[in-house]
Amino acid sequence: MIRVQTEDFDAGAELERLRSSNRGQAGAVVSFTGLVRDLNAGDTVMQMMLEHYPGMTEKALAKIEQAASERWELTATVIIHRVGPLSPNDNIVFVAAASRHRKQAFRACEYMIDTLKTEAPFWKKETLSDGTRWVEQETSA
Amino acid sequence: MLQLRYFASLRESLGIGDEQVELPDGVRDLAGLTRWLQDRDETWASALADSRLHVAINQEIVKADATIRDGDEVAWFPPVTGG
Repeated sequence: MIRVQTEDFDAGAELERLRSSNRGQAGAVVSFTGLVRDLNAGDTVMQMMLEHYPGMTEKALAKIEQAASERWELTATVIIHRVGPLSPNDNIVFVAAASRHRKQAFRACEYMIDTLKTEAPFWKKETLSDGTRWVEQETSA
Repeated sequence: MLQLRYFASLRESLGIGDEQVELPDGVRDLAGLTRWLQDRDETWASALADSRLHVAINQEIVKADATIRDGDEVAWFPPVTGG
């Protein structure tokens, strides 16, 4: 399941939805929630703007889900990404994988967030105390 | 007609997010289309010379030798920074 939205999401509610829609097949749900940090590259971040490429974004996320499902035995996957203006401590991204066993769920979740960071067309622009700047692609995890 | 799109810092450098152009005479691949855009002026020449830029045709990432066909949607953008 994929959602790209300006509204906030509730990670707890998403996990509960995964649990309640699971008919006993999955024994593990692993999730990752990404938040806006108040500090980046040594500078205080006041606000962040998330730009994306509508249409291609959804295709890229669907491809990531599909690739994870081909590689591991998953019963469900979720990718939610916010766009638009965000503030420090806001939710940005939620990724979850459900599987019969935990190792598959852990690996699939990590694969989906790592791949999203290098392949899904989102761009972050930070507002600092003295201006704005586009975030450079991370080399660290 | 081609639908051209530019995102993030590139959109700001160029001062435009999207436009429609007729497929230029003699342009057959992405490298040719990029050169045609770079001929507009110095701003376009330098902004599109950035080797880190990615390009998608019809919303799929492609390489410089990708073929351009009438009706294509072509997008240039910097490395992605979501997540």
